[in-house]
Amino acid sequence: MIPASFDYAAPASLEEAFSLLEQHGDEAKILAGGHSLIPMMKLRFASPEFLIDINNIPGLSHIKEEGGYLKIGALTREAELETAKVVRAKYPIFLDATKLIADPQVRNMGTIGGNIAHGDAANDHPAVMMALRAEVVISSAEGHRTVPIDEFFYGFYMTAVQPNEILTEIRIPVPGPRTGNAYHKLERKVGDYATAGVAVQLTLDEQGTCTYAGIGLTNVNPVPLRAARSEEVLVGHKLDEERIDLAGQYAAEDCNPSSDLRGDEDYKRAMVKVLTKRMINKAIERAKS
Amino acid sequence: MKKQITISVNGEKHTLEVEPRELLVHVIREKLRLTGTHIGCDTSSCGACTVLLNGKSIKSCTVLAIQANGKEISTVEGLATAEGLHPLQEGFKENHGLHCGFCTPGMLMRAVELLEHNPNPSEEEIRWGIAGNLCRCTGYNNIVKAIQYAGAKMRGEETPSTEPEFV
Repeated sequence: MIPASFDYAAPASLEEAFSLLEQHGDEAKILAGGHSLIPMMKLRFASPEFLIDINNIPGLSHIKEEGGYLKIGALTREAELETAKVVRAKYPIFLDATKLIADPQVRNMGTIGGNIAHGDAANDHPAVMMALRAEVVISSAEGHRTVPIDEFFYGFYMTAVQPNEILTEIRIPVPGPRTGNAYHKLERKVGDYATAGVAVQLTLDEQGTCTYAGIGLTNVNPVPLRAARSEEVLVGHKLDEERIDLAGQYAAEDCNPSSDLRGDEDYKRAMVKVLTKRMINKAIERAKS
Repeated sequence: MKKQITISVNGEKHTLEVEPRELLVHVIREKLRLTGTHIGCDTSSCGACTVLLNGKSIKSCTVLAIQANGKEISTVEGLATAEGLHPLQEGFKENHGLHCGFCTPGMLMRAVELLEHNPNPSEEEIRWGIAGNLCRCTGYNNIVKAIQYAGAKMRGEETPSTEPEFV
């Protein structure tokens, strides 16, 4: 399969990319890792007339803590998250997630920015970013704006990124002490999209009371979903078995999975409950260690 | 509209005219006639088209040739040298690491990067490391042994037994 014809440019700066976007409007697509876009173009699910390859633009690939945030450049590859020291030390949730995203070759190309900008609830980073309460930096010729992750996803393949804009960075508030995070997705085989996936981040105070809870769900809703009621039932309380069970119950009730080859609706809800409880327990364990 | 690209393949520079929509695997196979790189699923699942792009293993059915402009590509044809087979090729040969051989070029190129990052991988690390390469003959056990053999050889250690495993 070969994609339909299109024209191509690989600008060397963001300014150049913005002017190409200006010129081609919504006929243009941004090419980052290409591992969602190119398969869609081969299958004719997408036929952009113009590809703007941003891989030659400097300054879009980094993982660093700065000004109270973990900043991840949009062009950072999945494989780079797996090896970054700061990630290994403080954000094991990314190691949980990347190991389960596609396979090593795809992770050498696929980018964190692309995984989010694609706007697919089946992707794994959106739920992780919800658990971490990330902000998305969106840039255009007019400058930069920051959008909270909860306001980023509009619908299937639709996000806050407008045709004249490019997602350039993801910012994650650096968590305080006694924070733990974890992600797992149930998959039929290695590299598959999630049957269901759950991301959790928790912060505990010295007495063990939960002061922060972030819970994001993968592929069980038309858009990436925050399990808000599950978070509420945890914050301000000691996390005993009853509360954790309730959080799992609420997540299962509040998502909207569709029945498909990966399982029927009831099965997926049951899996959301199990995974939510497991990830809460794993996050608690990590917060305490 | 065709565009000119320059790529280095196994150390040799090529300047080519390509349409932006041409996939890297097609340019490698059809324009450069290096047919060791295979097309299996054509959907970035099977890994038969794996090559190295600037030293990183990628699936060349899902990368545009134009994206490789100015970059270095290594294919299976570049593994053996005048001195003989690459340790991975030797490992696959000695350990019956291939049945039909269709997945082998992709397995080899993926394993090159795997051993470069992790010269002494455990069996589990090898299995996760080749998770993007499918062997429809299901000869995984001997593929794992072949990679362990190559790892030992490249570390200068005694190579493990090559007694084949039939399951």
